[in-house]
Amino acid sequence: MEKEEVLSLSPMQLDALREIGNIGAGNAATALSQIINRKIDMSVPRLNILPLSEVPDVVGGADTMVAGVYLRVFGPAPSSILFLLPRDSAFSLVDMAMGRDNGTTDVLNAMDESALMEIGNILAGSFLNALSYFTKMTLLPSLPALAMDMAGAILSVILIQLGQVGDYALVIETEFATEANDVRGHFFLIPDPGSLGVILNTLGVNE
Amino acid sequence: MPELIKVGMADLKAGKAPDSIISYGLGSCVGIALYDPQTKVGGLAHIMLPDSTQARATDNTAKFADTALPVLLDQVIALGGSRSRLTAKIAGGSQMFSFAQATDVMRIGDRNVEAVRTVLKALAIRLVAEDVGGNYGRTVELLLDSGAFVIKTVNKGENRL
Repeated sequence: MEKEEVLSLSPMQLDALREIGNIGAGNAATALSQIINRKIDMSVPRLNILPLSEVPDVVGGADTMVAGVYLRVFGPAPSSILFLLPRDSAFSLVDMAMGRDNGTTDVLNAMDESALMEIGNILAGSFLNALSYFTKMTLLPSLPALAMDMAGAILSVILIQLGQVGDYALVIETEFATEANDVRGHFFLIPDPGSLGVILNTLGVNE
Repeated sequence: MPELIKVGMADLKAGKAPDSIISYGLGSCVGIALYDPQTKVGGLAHIMLPDSTQARATDNTAKFADTALPVLLDQVIALGGSRSRLTAKIAGGSQMFSFAQATDVMRIGDRNVEAVRTVLKALAIRLVAEDVGGNYGRTVELLLDSGAFVIKTVNKGENRL
């Protein structure tokens, strides 16, 4: 059987992808910091190649309660973007965005939900700007969708798509946090099957 | 000591009383519990996709409804389950995100449930209860002492099948 695409990436290809992740996530973190008017610390993006069933462990396990904003990416390299926050972080983020005292929110109303989706939208947009710039491809995000549920259930949406062609996921993932550590989150870019080759081609690292 | 046997995504396990088998955080995936009430033997599969014939990577048989169920059936029978006494209960198959235009990809939960029903029918295993659909996640646990299939959700409480 042919070896899975994600398992046969060269060190140079991995570096190129990591660099894109770095700049994209940097853009997104800057945007977030402007929305909530706070300094945001960002980890160096991790490029993980994980068995599908282990992806939920990245955010604390399949039954961890999270808020997830999901967007599809359209264009020559269709992908999924998922912005995951632990439930408490989502509440704090909404408090900051809506100008309320931290700790006010313990359940999301319709307005809070739109705020979270809009934040996801802005983060995805700024990430995609960087990716579009480097790949010279036009990549457009769909409208965001929000779910507040178990991490495994939310991630399954993406993992199922990948499961049709392989047993591993390439996950470009960044963790970021405010200084007070009251908002932590994970930002995932998961290229669809086939999209990875397109991205590598445009970067000139597909031998 | 009763053990808690964990089943991951695209995974399956069999066991016997007093143990129980659990799988966390099912979204569009479907959990299938088989149980023989007389020997108190059962098994749980957590499938991701309906059909192995339409996929490129088929190494993991536990990933697909059509390939997982025969394997689970064999494992349950190997532990002392009787094929004629086995019944099935299923849960999952939700649609976590709703978009204006639901594509086929988004409807995967429905297709998974449909495929599981078809395969159970082909294997002549009676489907006695189900808790499927919706837009929320489920954690499912098969209690091998009683055969109860317990479904836990974040906002919709607990359901015992």
